Amino acid sequence: MPEQRVVEPDYLLLEAPREKKFITGSQAFAEAVKRANVDVAIAYPITPQSETMHLVGDLYAQGYVKDYYRAEEEYGAMSAIAGAVRGGARAFTATSGPGLLRGLEAIVSWPGHRIPAVLGVMTRVVNAPLSIQPDNVEISYLLNSGLVVLHAENQQDVFDFTLAGFVISEKVDVYLPVVVATEGFFVTHAKGYVELPPEDMKLPPRDPYKAPVPPTDCEIPPARIQRDAPVQKSNFMSYLIHAVWQQEVWSANRRAAKWIKHYLGGLIEVVNPDAEVFVVASGCAAAQGREAQRYATMEGLNVGLIKVKSLRPFPVDEIREALKNAKAVIVPEHNIVGWLAKEVKAAIPNSGIVVDGPRVYGGMTLPVELIMEEIYKAFGIKKEKKVVV
Amino acid sequence: MGLEYVRISPGFEKYMPRDYVDLVKYGPFGRKVDVMDMGQFKELVEEHPMCAGCYMAYFIRVFYTALPNPEDTIVIGTAGCARLALSQAAVPFIYGNYGDTNAVASGLKRALSIRFPDKHKDVVVIAGDGGLIDIGFGMTMHSWFRREKFTTIMVDNEVYGNTGGQESGMSPKGVQLKMAPLGKKFDKINAVELAKTAGCVYVARISPTNPKRIAKTIRRAILAARHFGPTFIHAYTSCNIEYSIPTREVLADARKREKQDFKFYEWMTDEVKEFLEEVERKEKQEVKK
Ligand SMILES: Cc1ncc(C[n+]2csc(CCOP(=O)(O)OP(=O)(O)O)c2C)c(N)n1
Ligand code: SF4
Repeated sequence: MPEQRVVEPDYLLLEAPREKKFITGSQAFAEAVKRANVDVAIAYPITPQSETMHLVGDLYAQGYVKDYYRAEEEYGAMSAIAGAVRGGARAFTATSGPGLLRGLEAIVSWPGHRIPAVLGVMTRVVNAPLSIQPDNVEISYLLNSGLVVLHAENQQDVFDFTLAGFVISEKVDVYLPVVVATEGFFVTHAKGYVELPPEDMKLPPRDPYKAPVPPTDCEIPPARIQRDAPVQKSNFMSYLIHAVWQQEVWSANRRAAKWIKHYLGGLIEVVNPDAEVFVVASGCAAAQGREAQRYATMEGLNVGLIKVKSLRPFPVDEIREALKNAKAVIVPEHNIVGWLAKEVKAAIPNSGIVVDGPRVYGGMTLPVELIMEEIYKAFGIKKEKKVVV
Repeated sequence: MGLEYVRISPGFEKYMPRDYVDLVKYGPFGRKVDVMDMGQFKELVEEHPMCAGCYMAYFIRVFYTALPNPEDTIVIGTAGCARLALSQAAVPFIYGNYGDTNAVASGLKRALSIRFPDKHKDVVVIAGDGGLIDIGFGMTMHSWFRREKFTTIMVDNEVYGNTGGQESGMSPKGVQLKMAPLGKKFDKINAVELAKTAGCVYVARISPTNPKRIAKTIRRAILAARHFGPTFIHAYTSCNIEYSIPTREVLADARKREKQDFKFYEWMTDEVKEFLEEVERKEKQEVKK
C-alpha cells in the first residue's frame, strides 16, 4: 500500500489530476473507499454486492481500512455501523435487495440518530420468485426515511458519488447517511472507464466533534437526544420533540443539495434543454435514456434527457424548471412500481404529460427500443416495430 | 479524558442546577464509591419512570454504583423496561432498535478502540431477556463468537414487561402469560451455558439479593471484558407487575428464586481468574494503606 497523504476534499474531488482506468462498478466502489480514509467497514454477503465488500476487505488487509469484519447478518451489520459511527468512526457498508430489507429497520433509524455513513446499494430483486437480477424496486423503500439517496448511472458515478458521499454526509449542516445506489450486475459487474485521482491521497479523517450531534465517546457531555429520550416525556412533549426532529432531519436532507451541486455538479444533468420531449431517468435507465436521446436526435426529433442524480433531496425545482416547456415526459424505470414517475409527476404542475414507463422488472434489461416507441408516440409518429441500429 | 465533562466551568458553580453540582462534587466520577454508600452521594439514576417497586430498577441503581469507571462508560440498551431508567442516568446511553444491542456495541467498541487505543472505554449492554435471547439472539451470540470486548447484562424478568406481559424464551415452562394462553411450552433457555459455549470469558448468574455481591460481579465482568473478551451476567430482576408480586415481597421473591433457580454461579477462564485476583489483591492493599 502506498503511503497516503491527506488532502482537502475539494482538491481530491475537484482538482487532483485523474487517470483513466477500465474497471467494474464493484472496483469503483472500492477505489472510492481506498481514498476515503475509512475506519470501519462491516460486511454481509449478498449477490451482487459481495464482490464490493470482498474488495473492501482486501483494502483492510492492505491497511487502507482500519477495521473490517463479516457480520452475522444485515441487521447486525447495519446496527454495528450505527454503533461505530456513534463512536466517532467513519464507516462503509453495502448490500443488495433482500439484504437491504433485512437491515431496513436499522438503516431507517440512521437519519434520526444522525449517522453519517455511506451505504452502497447494488439493486436486486426482492419480490418472490427468487432472482438475483438487478431490479431496483428496493430504492423506493429508502425514499421516505431521511437518507440522502444518490443513483449512479455508471462506474464513474459510483466512484464520484461514493467518495463525495463521505464528505457530504459529514458536513455539519447535513450529517446524514448517504446511499449510493446503482444497478447490480449492469454496473457492478461490468467495466467502464473511470477517471481516478491518485491512490496516494486520502480524505482528512472524520472529525466527530464537528457535528450537530456529538459522538458517544465520553469525551464530551452526552447528546440530549440520548439522555432525554422523547418517549419518556408526556405525550404532548413526545409528539412535539419527535415532529421537530423529523423536520430537522428533512431540512438537513434538503441542505445536502448545495453540497451535491458543489461536488457532483448538480442534482440533475440536462441534455438538450430546449427539447419538446424529455426522457427523465436515473441510474442505469439514464444510460438507456441517453442512447434513446441520441437515436432520436439522429432521426431529427427534438428530444432531451434529464438524468436525476439525487433522488433525495429530490430536485423538484430543477425538474420543474427544466420541464416547463415540455410536451411529453417519458420515465423509463427498472422496476414495476414506477417510483420515479410518481416523483416526477408530483414535481410538475401538469403531471398529465408524464408517460408512465416504459418499465422493465425482475431485472430484465431495458431496451432502448422501448423508450424509442414512447418517443414516437409522443411525436405522433407511427412506426413499424424494428430494431434501431 | 471523560472527567472533563463532569467539571463545571469556573464561575458557573452558582448557576448550575443543585443536583448537577451535587453529582459533580460527591458523585462517583473519578473516585471509588462503595454500594453501601448508596444514598450518601448523588446517584447516577435519580428518577425513572419504571413501576414502583420494580426490582429491575433497583438492580440498575446498584449497577451504576458499581461501575469501575463511570466517566468512561457507555451503556447500550434496547426497547424494554430497563432502558427507561438507563436513559435517565448521568452516563451516556445509546438506544438503537429492539434487539440490536450487541451489534451496536460491537461497532461502538471497535470505533472506540481505534480512536482511543490507550484508554479504557467500557461498553456495557443491559437489556431484557426478550431483547437478548429472543429477537436479538443472533446478534448476542455472534458478538460472543467474535470475542467482542464488552459486557452483556441480561435483566431477566422472565417476561416481556414493556409490551405488557408476553412470554419470552426465558419464561419458566408452563407459566401462563399473554401469547402463551395454554402455558409456555418449553423450558427457560440456558443463557449461561450458551454464553460459556459461545466464548464469554466471565459468566455469572445471580439473583440480586446482596448489593455487595452484585457490585463485585458487575465490576469483575467489566474489568475482564476490557482485557480478555466478552463477559455475561444473567440477573434475575423480577417483574412485580406481570407476576403479581406485591412490592413489599420482591426481595423475598428474589431470595426464594435464588434458592430455586438462581443460585449464585460464577465461572471464568483461568487467565481472567488470575487477573482478577491480582486486581482485587492490589485494591485490598490500597484500602489498608
Ligand atoms: C422490531 C420490534 N419488535 C417489537 C417491538 C416491541 N417491543 C418493545 S419492548 C418489547 C419486549 C421487551 O421485553 P424484554 O426484552 O424482555 O424487556 P423487559 O421489558 O421485559 O424488560 C417488545 C416486543 C419493538 N420495539 N421492535
Ligand atoms: S413492567 Fe415489570 S419489569 Fe417493567 S418496570 Fe414494571 S415491574 Fe419493572
